[in-house]
Amino acid sequence: MTDVIASDPLRKADISAKRLKRRYAAEARFRAYGLLAILAAIAVLGLLLSSVVMQGYSAFTQTEIALEIHFDPEVIDPEGSRDPDTLAQADYRLLVKRALYELFPGVTKRRDKRRLTGLVSSGAGFTLQNMVMDEPELIGRTQEVWVKSSDDVDSFVKGFIDRDLPPEDRRIKDDEIAWIDALAARGDVATRFNGSFFTTGDSREPEQAGILGAVVGSVLTLVITLLLSFPLGVLAAVYLEEFAPKNRWTDLIEVNINNLAAVPSIIFGLLGLAVFLNFMGLPRSAPLVGGMVLALMTLPTVIIAARAAFASVPPSIREAALGIGASKLQTVTHHVLPLALPGVLTGTIIGMARALGETAPLLLIGMVAFVVDIPGSFSDPATVLPVQIYIWVDSPERAFVAKTGAAIMVLLAFLIAMNALAVVLRKRFERRW
Amino acid sequence: MQIQILFAALVVLSVIGYFAGRSRAVAVAAGETRTLHSLPRYHGIYVALWCGLPALLASVLWLVVEPRLAEWLLMAQLPSGVRELAPDRLALLLVDIKNLAAGNIVSREVDPALLAASEAYASIRRTSQTALLVVGLTLALGGLAVGRRYISPDLRARNQVERVITVVMIAASLVAILTTIGIVLSLLFEALRFFGRVPVNEFLFGLQWSPQTALREDQVGASGAFGAVPLFLGTLLITAIAMCVAVPIGLFSAIYMSEYASPRFRAATKPTLEILAGIPTVVYGVFAALTMAPFFRGLGEEFGLDVSSESALAAGVVMGIMIIPFVSSLSDDVMNAVPQSLRDGSYALGATKSETIAQVVVPAALPGIVSSVLLAVSRAIGETMIVVMAAGLAANLTINPLEAVTTVTVQIVTLLVGDQEFDSAKTLAAFALGLALFVVTLALNILALQVVRRYREKYD
Repeated sequence: MTDVIASDPLRKADISAKRLKRRYAAEARFRAYGLLAILAAIAVLGLLLSSVVMQGYSAFTQTEIALEIHFDPEVIDPEGSRDPDTLAQADYRLLVKRALYELFPGVTKRRDKRRLTGLVSSGAGFTLQNMVMDEPELIGRTQEVWVKSSDDVDSFVKGFIDRDLPPEDRRIKDDEIAWIDALAARGDVATRFNGSFFTTGDSREPEQAGILGAVVGSVLTLVITLLLSFPLGVLAAVYLEEFAPKNRWTDLIEVNINNLAAVPSIIFGLLGLAVFLNFMGLPRSAPLVGGMVLALMTLPTVIIAARAAFASVPPSIREAALGIGASKLQTVTHHVLPLALPGVLTGTIIGMARALGETAPLLLIGMVAFVVDIPGSFSDPATVLPVQIYIWVDSPERAFVAKTGAAIMVLLAFLIAMNALAVVLRKRFERRW
Repeated sequence: MQIQILFAALVVLSVIGYFAGRSRAVAVAAGETRTLHSLPRYHGIYVALWCGLPALLASVLWLVVEPRLAEWLLMAQLPSGVRELAPDRLALLLVDIKNLAAGNIVSREVDPALLAASEAYASIRRTSQTALLVVGLTLALGGLAVGRRYISPDLRARNQVERVITVVMIAASLVAILTTIGIVLSLLFEALRFFGRVPVNEFLFGLQWSPQTALREDQVGASGAFGAVPLFLGTLLITAIAMCVAVPIGLFSAIYMSEYASPRFRAATKPTLEILAGIPTVVYGVFAALTMAPFFRGLGEEFGLDVSSESALAAGVVMGIMIIPFVSSLSDDVMNAVPQSLRDGSYALGATKSETIAQVVVPAALPGIVSSVLLAVSRAIGETMIVVMAAGLAANLTINPLEAVTTVTVQIVTLLVGDQEFDSAKTLAAFALGLALFVVTLALNILALQVVRRYREKYD
């Protein structure tokens, strides 16, 4: 460009080659940034999922301790009446304590005795109670029973508490370790699949806490959500796509639905609190209200997906139906709706999956309560899976961290199943014209 | 209980009505169904609607009106001394009477007067429920009879049925509008009551946020401080951190996927990235609180920095991760929509691929990219669970990402979860914050739409 370069063609080529090299290097860098960004995102996804699995896998097993329980008639049923009320009120915890004292006769001090019985879960008494209630003939016999250990023993046996730490820094002290080792040497300590995690409700004791209550709460809530948002969504979509005239009003509805889809979910919680609870006086913490709030939240998703499905049905189908004398509604119900149904269902399932993972609005309508019982109806106090996760994270015991991870795995399993169903529906039944 | 019986009875009666109408239509046509204007089926539905619809509307109306009516009747029976109690004490008394009537535990000594009131209330409820059952069944049976009488070969049953269904469809599409109106009204109504106690200026520009002091009325400093600036700043800080993570990663992912990646790579990675958007936010919250926060704290200690265990950094980074797919997916779509001829023109001038992207494709797609970022910001501002679990509660006025800050959504949740006194400035403040959140996110969404609409280049 300048005279010097122009007079020296060799140098010009040199400079241009150098510049080309630089430009190619920039090109390679740019491309690497892109790849790096994608890999970073995928790596974070992997980290997220693996951290959940690492936290949670241990909650699927539970350490149990074998005890020789003597079902002493003096303790359970001194009068020998075998009355269920008497059986239910007996002090089964005492049987557990006796079995432990027998194993370790050397423990005499009151404080040590209490710590010794602390090895076993406080729910062990209920295990014995259920056994006796089911089979009263057990009374008077002596039998080996596997009972759950406490959460600290469980953590220790699973290796989460390092026995080389100084005693002040660990939750299990030296004598407790000695007891556990003695039990383990006799073969009386085992880590087994924790079935009760899937069959019980929440509890203050980590080893007794299960997710069935939350799962049932989620199912009840989603039933309400589905019953409301599917019919309303389909009806609204049919009207807007097939019947509505193009005017200011329908434009307004359309803009409104799109905006509603982008409103933060917590706002729907405020709406539920102000309208459903305070104004209409519906019960707090109930799946009924939770389902209504989530239905309003998923309605835009369902409407948008359903409209897209209706729009993809070619006009020739409608014209053919109208041509042989069907009314407009008959055209829709006999032809358009069946053809669009896979798309509508796919959209609905994705909306339901979103509702299943939603937490924030449910906190505001009181579904964050500590609920031990498994909810039996739509107006019982209940909690849902994501809220259960939120409650457990806030609990101080270490064992609840594992429960959190396990509950997340259950939640993700449900979500994966729902999304897989949506994908299958789409792949199997979607028609292209 | 009665209401369940009524609904079950209505369903049964409607089914009976359907068959009655159909057989009646066949009967009036003397078996020659082609002489009917509509198919017998439509006559059946016609009668079923006559049977079910009026009774259903009546019982829904009853559900709305009855609690108020019963309360009003109860009030009329209470002694005058009770009726002149302060409104809040009266409300408590009513709750106790209702609980007692429902057989629940009550919070006070049960004296004979209370017992009598609760029995009176229970009897009012019983009477009104029985009345509903009678009225509902009468309406249903009457409707069945009337509908059946109307059936004749000339009855335009199909048109009538279709008209009813159209009305139902219009009502369904109005639910979305009603939801919006409900949101706006409930937020506005409660926020106005809040602003009656705390001036708007103090709320919007005050630097002090400590609602927790307003626990008891006779407490020192019971009025609390409701200056929301620390919350707005905290929200902005966390959103900014999230954007620092999400925008570069999302944008570069989108560029690579739309411009460089082979179709197979793209088909595999795009759904993988979208998994990030499908993971529930509570899972991100757990990840932020249990994995990222300790990690950043440990990292800070390595460098001699004091990182709070509820630092804005951890919450912001995790939120950024969650938002990546929102940026990447939308940006990918708009870059794909840029016509190939623009790229070819740039290549013809000797530009490399990266130069073409930076100087041709991205500028052409800019409105779409900006709009996707705006939508992501709106999503980040409204995100709740991550910040509730990983960000702090203390309203610090700081822009240091290593310290704990709190956000608007965190405060809404903490103000409304747990025991709460209704109508206190504390609970009303949550609605004022909600209103601010709603307005800001709505404005961002509208802005995002406007950007696309106004600046999008139209290519043929």
